[in-house]
Amino acid sequence: MTERRLRGVAASPGLALGPLVRLPEVAAAASGRPAGDPDHELGRLKQALARAAADLARLAEGQGGMAAEVLAVQQELLEDPALVEAAAEVIAGGEPAAAGWDAAIGGLVAAYESEDDPYFRARAADLGDLRERVLLALAGEGAGAVDLPRGAILCARDLTPSRFLALDHARLGGAALAGGSASSHVAMLARARGVPLVTGLGGGIDGSEGEAILDADAGELVTGADAATLRAFRARLKAQAALRARAAAAVARPAATRAGERVHVMVNVDDPAGVDAAALAHADGVGLMRTEFLFIGRQRLPGEDEQLAAYAGLLARLGGRPLVVRTLDVGGDKQLPGVTMPAERDPFLGLRGIRLCLENPDLFRPQVRALLRAAPLGPLSVMLPMVATAAEVEEARAVFATELDALVRDRVAAAMPALGIMVETPAAAIAVDTIDAAFFSIGSNDLTQYVMAASREAGGRVGRLLDPLSPAVLRLIEGVVRHGARTGRPVSLCGDMASDPAAVPVLLGLGLRRLSVAPAALGRVKLAVSGA
Amino acid sequence: MSTARTAVTITHPVGLHARPAVKLTKLAKSFPAAIRIRGAEGAWVDAKSIVKVMALKLKSGTVLEFEAEGDEAAVAVDALRSLVERDFDEGAALHHD
Repeated sequence: MTERRLRGVAASPGLALGPLVRLPEVAAAASGRPAGDPDHELGRLKQALARAAADLARLAEGQGGMAAEVLAVQQELLEDPALVEAAAEVIAGGEPAAAGWDAAIGGLVAAYESEDDPYFRARAADLGDLRERVLLALAGEGAGAVDLPRGAILCARDLTPSRFLALDHARLGGAALAGGSASSHVAMLARARGVPLVTGLGGGIDGSEGEAILDADAGELVTGADAATLRAFRARLKAQAALRARAAAAVARPAATRAGERVHVMVNVDDPAGVDAAALAHADGVGLMRTEFLFIGRQRLPGEDEQLAAYAGLLARLGGRPLVVRTLDVGGDKQLPGVTMPAERDPFLGLRGIRLCLENPDLFRPQVRALLRAAPLGPLSVMLPMVATAAEVEEARAVFATELDALVRDRVAAAMPALGIMVETPAAAIAVDTIDAAFFSIGSNDLTQYVMAASREAGGRVGRLLDPLSPAVLRLIEGVVRHGARTGRPVSLCGDMASDPAAVPVLLGLGLRRLSVAPAALGRVKLAVSGA
Repeated sequence: MSTARTAVTITHPVGLHARPAVKLTKLAKSFPAAIRIRGAEGAWVDAKSIVKVMALKLKSGTVLEFEAEGDEAAVAVDALRSLVERDFDEGAALHHD
C-alpha cells in the first residue's frame, strides 16, 4: 500500500495513530423497506419518534453546557407537531415512514445548508442529527452502532453531535470527516473533550482503510504510511506526551529563564467562578480580569455592590498577588443590548472599549466606584481598553477622581488604583510616550488585526495575515517595552501570543518579563520560559 | 379575548438560531394565547412551532413582530419582546485579547 495524504481543516488539535473505523451510514439502513398501509407507517413513525425522544432524554441526563443545549433543540423539534404533520402528508401518499420523515425534516436541513451565513449553515448539522436519530430508530435496534477498537480513528462523511456523544471516548483516538466544519457543534464538543478532529478531508476518505495517522495539529490524515513516516510520527507522539508531563510539572514552579532571570507569568480570567483553581494558585497574579461576564447575558446591568463583590472576591483568592482589572470592553464583536450599537458598519473601528464607557457614564460610573472601593482591599490596578489618545486616559482619570471625591465625602472606604492601559491600537503603540499611564499591557490580538488591516473574523488569505510575529507588530511591541524600561513603568502582554510556547522566546528577546496567559497554558508557558 | 402586538429588533449577534429559537418557542408555549411571529414584514407563523420559527432564519438586526390573541395576550408579547431584548439570556461570544 502506498502512502496517501489527505488535507483537511484542523478542527480540534491533537495527534492519533490507530485503525480507521467507518461509521455506518444510517439513511441506507432505514430506507429500502416497502411501504405498508399509511396508518401502519404513521404508527411506526410515531413509535420511532417516541424512541428517539427517550434516547435524547437519556443522553441529556449526563450532559451539561453545550451538549445539553444541542440536545434540548432536538427535544423541542420532536415535540413540534409541525414535523409529524408534514411527514403524515407524505405517508398518506403511499410512502414508507422513513421517506415521510426524511421529506419533513430534509426540507429544513436543506434550507439551512443553503445559507450564506456560516453560523446558520453549521446548524444544518444539528438538524441532520435529529433526522439520523429518527431514521436509526425506524431501522430498529442495533442499526448504526459502532464497535471501537482502542485508539480507533473514526472515519465518516459527517458526524452528528449525538452520535459523537454516544461514542466511547475512552477508546476513541480521533475522528476524520469528509465534510463538516470547524465551527460546528461537533468541533466545539471535540475541542472541549480533547478529541483530535480533522474536518473537510473530502471524498478521498471513502477509500481509506487500515492503520492511519491523524495529525489534527496540521489537519492531515495519512493512510498506508511508510516506515519512515510512522517512525517520525511515533516520535512526535512520544514528544507530545513528554511535553505534557513536563508542562504539568512546571506549572507549580516560579518561571525563570536559563540565565536565572525571573519572569512573571500571570493568568487571564473571565468569570472567576469558572477559573481553574490550580492555575490560579500557581500564577503570579491575574494580568487581565475581563469584566464583560458581569454585563453580558444579564437582564439588567450589575450594580456597584455586585461588582465590588466580584473584584474583592478575586483579590481575596489571590492572597496578596496582583490583580489587574480591565474596565468593560464591549462593542466590536461583543454586543450589549441597549448599550452597544447593533447596526454599526465597522464595529471593530467603532464605539467600543473606553470610547463606549466614556460615552455612557451610567454604565461606567458604577464600575469605577466599585473599583475605587476594591482598591484598599489588595494590590488592585485598573486598565482601560482600546485607548487611542492621551485625552481618553485623562478623561477616564477625571471620572475616577470625581467618584473618589464623592466616596470620600460619604465616608466610604476607597482608594485610587494604579491606572494603566491596554496597548491594542496602533495609535497607542506608536505614540506610547504621549500617554501618561502607570503601566502598559499589550493586547496582541487586536493590535495585530489593526496593524495588519486583517479582520479577526476573516479566514483564508486575510486570516493568514493575522500573524502577531509579523515584523510590524514585533517592532511596535519592542517600542512599548523600551518606553516602559526608560520610564520605569511595567509592560506586560496579555494576548493569545503569550500563551504560544513558540512566541514566548521572541517576547522574552524583545525584553518582556511579564506575560498573562490562558489558565490552561500556564504550565507550557512556564516551561517555554525556562528553556529560553 | 384580547389582542396584543409588539415589535423588537434582534440584537443577538448570530440571530435567531437554534438555541434562542428553543427559548422563544418554550416561552410562547407557556401562554394560553395563540401567538404568531414574523420577521421583516414577512409571513406570519406560529410562534409555538420551533420548526416554523427556525425556518424564518432571522438574523441579527431584523425587526421581529409578535401578535397574540387570547388570555394574557399582552403579558405574552411583553415577555417575548423582553426575551429578544435580553439576547435570549445568552452571553455573546467573548473574543480573546
